[in-house]
Amino acid sequence: MSAPDAVPSASHAPLYRRLFLIAVVALALALRFDLLTLEAQTAGTLTLILWTTALALIALEASDALGISRRWLVIALPMLWLFVFFLVPFLVLGRISIAESMIARPPYSPLWERGSDGSLEIIASLDNYRFLLSDALYRNAYLSSFRVAAISTIFALLIGYPLAYYIARAPEPRRSILLLLVILPFWTSFLLRVYAWIGFLRRDGVINNILTWAGVIDEPLVMMQTDLAVYIGIVYTYLPFMILPLYANLVKLDGALLEAAGDLGASPMVTFLTITLPLSLPGIVAGSMLVFIPAIGEYVIPALLGGPDTLMIGRVLWDEFFASRDWPVASAVAIVMLVLVVLPIMWLQSVQNREVPK
Amino acid sequence: MNLRGYFLPVVATLGFVFLYAPIVSLVVFSFNESRLVTVWGGFSTRWYGELLRDGQMLSAAWVSLKVATLSATLATVIGTLAAFTLTRFARFRGKLLLTGMVTAPLVMPEVITGLSLLLLFVTMENMLGWPAGRGLTTVVIAHATFCAAYVTVIAQSRLRDMDESLEEAARDLGAGPVRVFFDITLPVITPALISGWLLAFTLSLDDLVVASFVSGPGASTLPMVIFSKVRLGVSPDVNALATIIIVIVAIAVTIAGLLLRRQHKKY
Repeated sequence: MSAPDAVPSASHAPLYRRLFLIAVVALALALRFDLLTLEAQTAGTLTLILWTTALALIALEASDALGISRRWLVIALPMLWLFVFFLVPFLVLGRISIAESMIARPPYSPLWERGSDGSLEIIASLDNYRFLLSDALYRNAYLSSFRVAAISTIFALLIGYPLAYYIARAPEPRRSILLLLVILPFWTSFLLRVYAWIGFLRRDGVINNILTWAGVIDEPLVMMQTDLAVYIGIVYTYLPFMILPLYANLVKLDGALLEAAGDLGASPMVTFLTITLPLSLPGIVAGSMLVFIPAIGEYVIPALLGGPDTLMIGRVLWDEFFASRDWPVASAVAIVMLVLVVLPIMWLQSVQNREVPK
Repeated sequence: MNLRGYFLPVVATLGFVFLYAPIVSLVVFSFNESRLVTVWGGFSTRWYGELLRDGQMLSAAWVSLKVATLSATLATVIGTLAAFTLTRFARFRGKLLLTGMVTAPLVMPEVITGLSLLLLFVTMENMLGWPAGRGLTTVVIAHATFCAAYVTVIAQSRLRDMDESLEEAARDLGAGPVRVFFDITLPVITPALISGWLLAFTLSLDDLVVASFVSGPGASTLPMVIFSKVRLGVSPDVNALATIIIVIVAIAVTIAGLLLRRQHKKY
């Protein structure tokens, strides 16, 4: 900021602000020690609001008293929130991934224990990671997550590209309507859209009924609980994410380039391959990332549409946690996923972002 | 006849059929008399009646609305502050960290977000005694955290595009930084904040995975109830619910479209 921040001296801090702070802290403490009886949920939410307010007010007092610029307060709130609720959870995740599973509440071993002679004993081992390496289930799950996400992304690209191209070339009133039609399903429930496909793909579902009625097949096709159903589900759910960046890219394409190529005798196919396709590469990359990233950790679609042998890592983690109640192994699965999947994607994105300004 | 002239329209039509056929069939079979979802047994609205008598579903819908409203509001506050910090403060310690923490949730698989937050809540409860158990509060915190990232992205692009000379002019005229923010910056970026809030609201309403991890007894959200129903097979009252949601969305989109058109005409 160019203008110097006004720093009022401590004596300027209004009295009502301090009284308010004292009231907030008193209320929060009363809640903490059960002096007030409230419904548990209301109390929980109120506690969060009270402590956040109290912290903000204390920070305001402190910055005034110490003469620190108030802009730090603006920085501090999002920083603190994300630090506590986004960064710290990963430390906890890492710590529990080296714990032992045990029947207790919570179901894992503490980080240290006092021995009988009072010595401090740290309980940590890499056994969970060794277990992941030794069991082929986990390796297969990681590999097949990559495969399913990659195949779905390719299908989404093959369907999304012509659609995006068509919309980008449509005359104006129609173009906006078509674009709206692509976005609209996104605003309805994701879960219900996946559910709709169960009715389509079942043994006595819509597709089998139509095909049998038309005499194309005698026996109903088996489509539910297959990998095909998972591909369809992923492509269907994330198709708008593929179309929008492609559209944004293709709509900027200079028609004069295509005309020039045509005038110089290039066939439409050659024009497409040598001009349209290379120029739309950024759109292809952006769209593919937007489909691939959520697909690889997907849980709901394989759980609802896939069969028992559709292994995906999100599903394995879920089952490890909810079915086996093995929190340490679930944490180890998450940490490996973080290293193998999320970090490369973040690295790729930062490389991409660095290239954009050039 | 030119084959290529037909190729694109045909593919585009098929694409839109692919997008809308499942939704249309959801709506059609919600008016089906038969319990078998895919066999037509005559027109009926009985599933809507059954939906309205389903206490579990209704209380879950109420929980979801509360969670979505609270977390979208919280996410908008955090996201706006983060975006403002990142675009207006030239350099400060921890800027790189904040940039990372703001963009990372966008690529984080939901299962990891859910699991790591649950473990944080359990650890905090053991060490600090708060949050006591899991429920509405923990879901709100979790949703606000990942939705804040989306709000930040939207607010950031608006803040970058906006004419900074407006803020400078206000400062030159003697307005303090707080006054400049509330009188100039905030009104200019309000449309972006509204769309950010709406996006956060939708994401929160839609989330199954994170909520399943961090929710507790008595705080089942609507997607959690739908999921447990749908897992056991198709059930027509879910179709009825889907139809209601689709109608609400269609009305909201139409109203938003009309408002936008009126605004375009004004300028």
